[in-house]
Amino acid sequence: MKKHLTRLKALVFCISLLPFIWLSYALLTDQLGANPIEAVTRDTGLWALRFILVTLLISPIRKLTGINEFIRFRRMLGLFAFFYASLHMLLYIGLDQFFDVQEIWVDIIKRPFITVGFISFLLLIPLTITSTDKMIKRLGGRRWKKLHYLIYLIVVLSSVHFYMLVKQDKTEPLIYLLIVSLLLGFRVVGQRRRHQAAGS
Amino acid sequence: MWIRKKHPWEIPESEVTDYQVYLNRRQFINGAAGLAAATAMPLSFAAKEPTGAAFENLQQSGFSTEEKLTTYESITTYNNFYEFGTDKESPSALAANFPDRSEPWMINIDGECDKPGQYDYNELIQSQTLEERIYRLRCVEGWSMVIPWVGFPLADLLKQAQPNSKAKFVEFTTLYDPEQMPGQRRRVLNWPYLEGLRMDEAMNPLTLLAVGLYGREMPGQNGAPIRLVVPWKYGFKSIKSIVRIRFVEKMPLTAWVQANASEYGFYSNVNPEVDHPRWSQRRERRIGEFLKRETLMFNGYGDQVAELYSGMDLKRYF
Repeated sequence: MKKHLTRLKALVFCISLLPFIWLSYALLTDQLGANPIEAVTRDTGLWALRFILVTLLISPIRKLTGINEFIRFRRMLGLFAFFYASLHMLLYIGLDQFFDVQEIWVDIIKRPFITVGFISFLLLIPLTITSTDKMIKRLGGRRWKKLHYLIYLIVVLSSVHFYMLVKQDKTEPLIYLLIVSLLLGFRVVGQRRRHQAAGS
Repeated sequence: MWIRKKHPWEIPESEVTDYQVYLNRRQFINGAAGLAAATAMPLSFAAKEPTGAAFENLQQSGFSTEEKLTTYESITTYNNFYEFGTDKESPSALAANFPDRSEPWMINIDGECDKPGQYDYNELIQSQTLEERIYRLRCVEGWSMVIPWVGFPLADLLKQAQPNSKAKFVEFTTLYDPEQMPGQRRRVLNWPYLEGLRMDEAMNPLTLLAVGLYGREMPGQNGAPIRLVVPWKYGFKSIKSIVRIRFVEKMPLTAWVQANASEYGFYSNVNPEVDHPRWSQRRERRIGEFLKRETLMFNGYGDQVAELYSGMDLKRYF
């Protein structure tokens, strides 16, 4: 069983790396169109958001299927979300602003969509740092869990960041916002049921 | 119950060519013919080299910049043309055969003028002296290109219509035809696309009616067969696929002002000092370059156009 799980984990790891491999390959072989920097910045951001959504999908799937093993992949998927978010951030800092700290600061203060995206990234950092077994032990399960509820705020901020930056056709970010509300709605309903069950 | 009786000449629905396939017939023919030879064909719809009919005896314009040209491939595959979809790739994928050049393209000129008229595109370009003009194009999104347009000054055409004293603005309208322009099936903007210029802007010698680029007729995705080019304004002012030009007394309510008046103004002059509410306009990424460059006031055309706005508060009239 354990060996089986290790293999599966390796597989999920490789799959999660595919967007990175594809983007690097496409960038090097000039397949990202006329504005490749804009394309990789956008795509890494999108992948970060997608991985956050996948981590939030684990619990519902677990409950619906009754297969608890799914939770074993959540940490890795969350770390991949941070990986893609970091790439997204680095591309913005390096290739959009050329490490001009002054300019970046002005951007963060003045542009609401960047403010929101930046906060979202900052909030991911403590979750990443506390992702190890050691940290979970040190914090204690309850406190750790409380801290990691931040992911709900992060997913809302990230999809709002996406919504705000799109110029006119909001269809795509609206689809993401819908998925976010479904995932959060699932939890609200679950909570209520538990409360009712406890009350009756 | 109503039973539809078939005429003897009717063919069953199943034999009718799908409209999309019909629209793409040339692509299909090219594809089928090229398939044998082109095992190494790139996964792109658009040509890397110019394909349209070439114009002859083009005059070279003194207004041209000597900057490095953006590649034909970039100019024709990275397009904002919402009539064919809101992403950059859809226009080149869907407008390759737009418009049907076997059909006449008419441009109506009317409104406050003494000689309104209907112009056939083919006759119009026969009657004008076409020139090549290499202009910078700055998109409101923060990227730019250098494009060798083919065209003639808008003023030459407007003068023919003899605008009267009430003509304070010129309004332009894009074709509305959701059959040919699939992007118009969704109301992303209030179709048809509408743009406008103040009379003196329209008469400025820099303002061009473009009918081609890289010496050949305009590709569909770049606004065929005829479009406006106003190089000191953000790209969206340079309306594509024009069917109507109207002289009006009041400032036209343009498509982007209708969509979002707090973000897009009537003037929309390129101005590094006035930010878009959501992003800075201080710098731009020239397509094909790695580092961003500083954006120039009036996109570098201040010598020709700054006086049009003397005394105007450009922060207010953005």
